[in-house]
Amino acid sequence: MEIKKAIISVKDLVKKYDDFVAVQGLSFEVYENEIFGLLGPNGAGKTTTLEIIETLRDKTSGEIIVDGFSVDKQAQDIKQIIGVQLQAAGYYPNLNLIELIELFAGLYGANIKPMEMLEKVNLQDKAKAKYKALSGGQKQRFSIATTLINQPKIIFLDEPTTGLDPQARRNLWDLITEIRNAGTTVVITTHYMDEAEQLCDRVAFVERGQIIALDTPDNLIDNLVNSGFERKKEVKKANLEDVFINLTGKEWRE
Amino acid sequence: MNTGNSGSSLETEGLNAETEKAPFRKLGSYSNTTATLALAKASFRSIMRSPSAVVFTLAFPLIFILVFGFLGGGGTRIDVGVTPGSDISNPVITMLSKTGMIRLVMDKSRADFDKLLEKGNIDAMIDVHRKVNSAAYSVNVVYTSASRDKGGILKSVLNNVFYDKTLKPSVAEIKENTIVGREYKTIDFILPGQLGFSLLSTGVFGTAFVFLSLRQTLVIKRFFATPVKRSSIVIGEGIARIGFALIGALFIILIGHFFFGFTLVHGVATVINMLLLATMGIIVFMGFGFIISGIAKNESMVPPISNIVTLPQFLLSGTFFSIEAFPSWLQPISRALPLTYLNDAMRKVAFEGLGLWDVKFQIMILLIWGIGIYAVAVKVFKWE
Ligand SMILES: Nc1ncnc2c1ncn2[C@@H]1O[C@H](COP(=O)(O)OP(=O)(O)O)[C@@H](O)[C@H]1O
Ligand SMILES: [Mg+2]
Repeated sequence: MEIKKAIISVKDLVKKYDDFVAVQGLSFEVYENEIFGLLGPNGAGKTTTLEIIETLRDKTSGEIIVDGFSVDKQAQDIKQIIGVQLQAAGYYPNLNLIELIELFAGLYGANIKPMEMLEKVNLQDKAKAKYKALSGGQKQRFSIATTLINQPKIIFLDEPTTGLDPQARRNLWDLITEIRNAGTTVVITTHYMDEAEQLCDRVAFVERGQIIALDTPDNLIDNLVNSGFERKKEVKKANLEDVFINLTGKEWRE
Repeated sequence: MNTGNSGSSLETEGLNAETEKAPFRKLGSYSNTTATLALAKASFRSIMRSPSAVVFTLAFPLIFILVFGFLGGGGTRIDVGVTPGSDISNPVITMLSKTGMIRLVMDKSRADFDKLLEKGNIDAMIDVHRKVNSAAYSVNVVYTSASRDKGGILKSVLNNVFYDKTLKPSVAEIKENTIVGREYKTIDFILPGQLGFSLLSTGVFGTAFVFLSLRQTLVIKRFFATPVKRSSIVIGEGIARIGFALIGALFIILIGHFFFGFTLVHGVATVINMLLLATMGIIVFMGFGFIISGIAKNESMVPPISNIVTLPQFLLSGTFFSIEAFPSWLQPISRALPLTYLNDAMRKVAFEGLGLWDVKFQIMILLIWGIGIYAVAVKVFKWE
């Protein structure tokens, strides 16, 4: 088995909101150039964990190193090498996509061509549109474009596919895979298991602020099967979503 | 966000400042100036496309200027200087003060009166003395071309006095003269007031809305995921707002000058002085905006809170009427408001042609307000 280098290491992370313990001693590592998934129901502590790593929230205790930088003392260095998509962020009002990209280029001090960034996420036709006028999938693709402006080593995507239709989700999976193939490490949160299975190299199940399992999707499934588990119903070779995609096509349609 | 959280992220900011000096940091790789200017540009574009900003800054003041420009001045009150040495206890003066329309100004030297008369700060000067070897009085009036309308009113009042039966025997003659002065038009009063109010509304409403909405829509949070500094965000927004307000001010001054005959004593130099005053004003007023963005819980709370700040100043700071026209119990309130001093300084600079140093008192009051406001703003402003 090849030796993997950890680009993020989280040790005993604890986060309390007043009396409420949202994250209770998380430890995990993210390897270079993998797609790492944090899976769990709403309220499990995924966003909290992600935003602490992104230096946007303070932790209560624990130790986090991102590409050799400590979140406590080198937050500024971390910000320069990561790209962040927040679960619910908006964008500066009254600006079109090109102008928003220009703004972020200035904030990152990055020298990029805005149109090329939009081409990467297939939004060149929407260059003059306002963010608010985009469809759900387009909004997420634009958010991903803003994460790539500073050519980051790691990007963090917080539930990028929640609320999207099946085509838009598949488009996004393709986009995320492309970004990974270009050499970027991806940390993603989701509560869709099919998405994790298709997209992630390794996943951590988070439940009430704790990791209850961490492995590759294959290993997790194999372990369950080896323990004697069987699905109650015989699985068909396709599911309803496959039928839908097959009928409607998989092309970018927004 | 809970306040404990944002308090501790301030500490993190402090730590960042330290690491920036640390030797292992990639030097010169990040420019705060670039980030600040990128924000200023974005913010300026956004303001220019926001209908409410344009309406508040330009349309309202211009409408008021238009209305008042054609309507002429508000309540009439005639200031009449009484020449030193005049006999005060004579029936003419008593009669004049009874009309209620005329305010007698005394205790000034003849030279002072001449200056005031020339500028139209007083509307006329009157000198009453007993004729030699006679029981009758001689009345000597000097009008000014700077205030023809009011001079005319005084003239008819005096004529009434002259033909008044009870007075007739004691008044022998009225001698009249008119000196040439600079005409003080309604626009010369109205425009600086409107300009001041435009700066107040842009500063307060604009700043409050922008920072509240950037905070609530998590735009600022997304900014914090970039290496940008907090100071860059504040300064970038400030540059955009000041730039926008100054363009608005210039527009108002030019329209006033070319279409309504607004007086600019020293031309371009006066305009530059006015814009410098405008800059000081908008910076002070933006402080109110920062405070309001911090205490408002949502966007619908911004207008009522902003109105608490802007409305009293709109009414009491000499925007429409000279504060001297207010009842005396109101005047101390007027004299406590920052807009009063901005308006006052603007009028002195524009019409009397004074320099900034001559209005240092007004500037000092603005400065004191600025320090007070920003001291509060630093306490109540919220980032998250
Ligand atoms: N700022 C906050 N203050 C108090 N509680 C919070 C705050 N943010 C999140 N929480 C709580 O922490 C828990 C984890 O939230 P979150 O990290 O957003 O979960 P997830 O992203 O997995 O849905 C939730 O119970 C949430 O209510
Ligand atoms: Mg979440």
